[in-house]
Amino acid sequence: MAQGKLCNREKVNELEFLQALLNDKSGAQYYSEMNDLDVDTELLWNTLQKTLVQKSRIKTWLEICAHCGLCADSCFLYLANNKDPEQVPSYKIQSTLGEMVKRKGQVDNEFMQMCMKTAWAKCTCCNRCGTFCPFGIDMGIMFSYLRGLLSAQGFLPWEMKIGAGMHRIYRAQMDVSVEDWVDTCEWMAEEYEEEWPGLVIPVDKENADIMYTVNAREPKHYPEDLAEAAILFHLTGENWTVPSEGWEETSLAMFAGDWEACKMQVESVYDAMKRLKPKRMVVTECGHAYRATVVEGPYWAGYKDGKTPVPSFHYVEWVAEVLRTGKLKIDPAKKIKEPVTYQDSCNYIRNAGLADCAREIMSYIAEDFREMEPNREHNFCCGGGGGFNGIGRFRKERNAGLKVKRDQILATGCKLVISPCHNCWDAIRDLEEEFEIGIRWSFLKPLLIKMAIIPEHLQPKEEE
Amino acid sequence: MYEFVTGPLAWLSFTIFFAGVIVRAVQYIKGLDWQLDRVAYMEYKMQGFKGAMRSIFLWLVPYGTHSWRYYKFFTLLFFTFHIGLLVTPVFLQAHNILLQERFGFSLWSISDATADFLTIAMLAAALLIVLRRIALPEVRIITTRYDYLMLAIAVAPFITGFFAMHHIGNYKFWLILHILSGEIMLVAIPFTKLSHFVLYFMSRAQLGMDFAIKRGDIKRGKGMAW
Repeated sequence: MAQGKLCNREKVNELEFLQALLNDKSGAQYYSEMNDLDVDTELLWNTLQKTLVQKSRIKTWLEICAHCGLCADSCFLYLANNKDPEQVPSYKIQSTLGEMVKRKGQVDNEFMQMCMKTAWAKCTCCNRCGTFCPFGIDMGIMFSYLRGLLSAQGFLPWEMKIGAGMHRIYRAQMDVSVEDWVDTCEWMAEEYEEEWPGLVIPVDKENADIMYTVNAREPKHYPEDLAEAAILFHLTGENWTVPSEGWEETSLAMFAGDWEACKMQVESVYDAMKRLKPKRMVVTECGHAYRATVVEGPYWAGYKDGKTPVPSFHYVEWVAEVLRTGKLKIDPAKKIKEPVTYQDSCNYIRNAGLADCAREIMSYIAEDFREMEPNREHNFCCGGGGGFNGIGRFRKERNAGLKVKRDQILATGCKLVISPCHNCWDAIRDLEEEFEIGIRWSFLKPLLIKMAIIPEHLQPKEEE
Repeated sequence: MYEFVTGPLAWLSFTIFFAGVIVRAVQYIKGLDWQLDRVAYMEYKMQGFKGAMRSIFLWLVPYGTHSWRYYKFFTLLFFTFHIGLLVTPVFLQAHNILLQERFGFSLWSISDATADFLTIAMLAAALLIVLRRIALPEVRIITTRYDYLMLAIAVAPFITGFFAMHHIGNYKFWLILHILSGEIMLVAIPFTKLSHFVLYFMSRAQLGMDFAIKRGDIKRGKGMAW
């Protein structure tokens, strides 16, 4: 039973283990240990039997695939890699999961490493292929399932293991403790109070109208994003709060296929909902956070109705609402004049139905809004979803995949891309770095603050 | 021989076909798992039903979905093939005369000229589908011998039937071969990829429910833009 010190089937539940993984620069030792990692074929076959062979959805998908190839052009990675036939979604899933089932789980280390590369470097789980297949075979779902099988065997990228471990230890994708988080809230409120008199970030206020939750990157690396959220709630007069615990919506655990950690993470948010009893929850401009906590999470937590304890909304839903109701007014003179396009995030547009919210927002804030082609439910992944952005080992593959988004943006003629999703935002930033096409990219919050009409009583006091 | 293939063998193959199709459908439904699939099937029955129906029917309409419109030529082949495959045997005059003689009822029938047209069109589409499999690298890589076998099983009753109908060569020979190949197809349906005869509906219904219940139709305010 060859198990490495870092690369093994153990989950990261201890700080010491997490630290050891973090100290292993670029996962050098981790990946070298992976070459000797054995496969628990009995566990693999048992899991396959219980969750695939004795069930119908995925089993049927694998069985009836007519090998027609209509999924080929749906996949941005196929298109970006000069139509390499090995990038055809059907091929990718049949040669990995399909083969695993055929061999009844009797597979070796080399096969598992090939599966790992396919599951994390050749699929972002954007689910676009599922909308192109006449049988409705959703290979994104199957790859996510495959990631779970690989994860349980220890065959997952180094960053994914760390990410899932962070959720297990901190209930956040980064090492942000409850104290760090609350301190950041206080710090940001103080920092911006002078400019915005009366600005507060209420922590753990019960029965608020809105419980706001974020992506751990915000308190960790972009605290001004939190301040901007506070300013917009302040401008719109919302009765809002953030929970001291259960404030993190994202789930690297979902990208890692660590279902147990997924459950732990979303339950921390649901506990906050139950504790603070807000009317509703609003999450920051992040796609997979919404997918994880609002769309998939209730199922991980075992809620039979598939719903979060309180109604939950993506940030774009809230923005569309405050613009519609006039709670937030845009100064017509400050609307975006230049051509601007919008990056439809797979997770909250294709997979959660918010395409119209995005268009509604653009109608209020932009004079020359231009759609990418294709768009809405059929938009291409930014190129960095599903954890792809964060995996150093697959950087080259990630960068190659960005070409499709680059060309989509170039075709609009826009120099500004609005991207209310952290992963899309990163991917677009990186594609600019990689290809230098001269574009800018932005979340909604900073743009809205610049364009908003500030009510008299909220304006900064004149210095006397 | 004729008595045997049209008698006991016909009964047997139709029984296997109908029972098999029902078993596959029931097994599929029983194998759905709300928590594993992460779709609350039973909690939103009406919504799920609507989503399932849209997902099934839009894909049955030629050029009715984004995918069908994107692949213009293949869509033409696909529908020509499937319409010929399903319409010809069910509405063929000769088959309906048999139904009338044996069971005292029959369905509408199409003219023999229409049947010929559908058959030839279907066979031409099948040929082009084979050529496409060989010509396109993205299809070639996923094609297996099994795929050709399925196509062969599907076209065999049409080739033999065409020969029999037009008395090309030995009528009795082609007729018996036609009946046999038809029976092979019926029996193959529940046990092979041809099970998509019924599993198409199951799988499409599932994804339809998935989008309707979980992936946004509620907030979309309308059905998924298939």
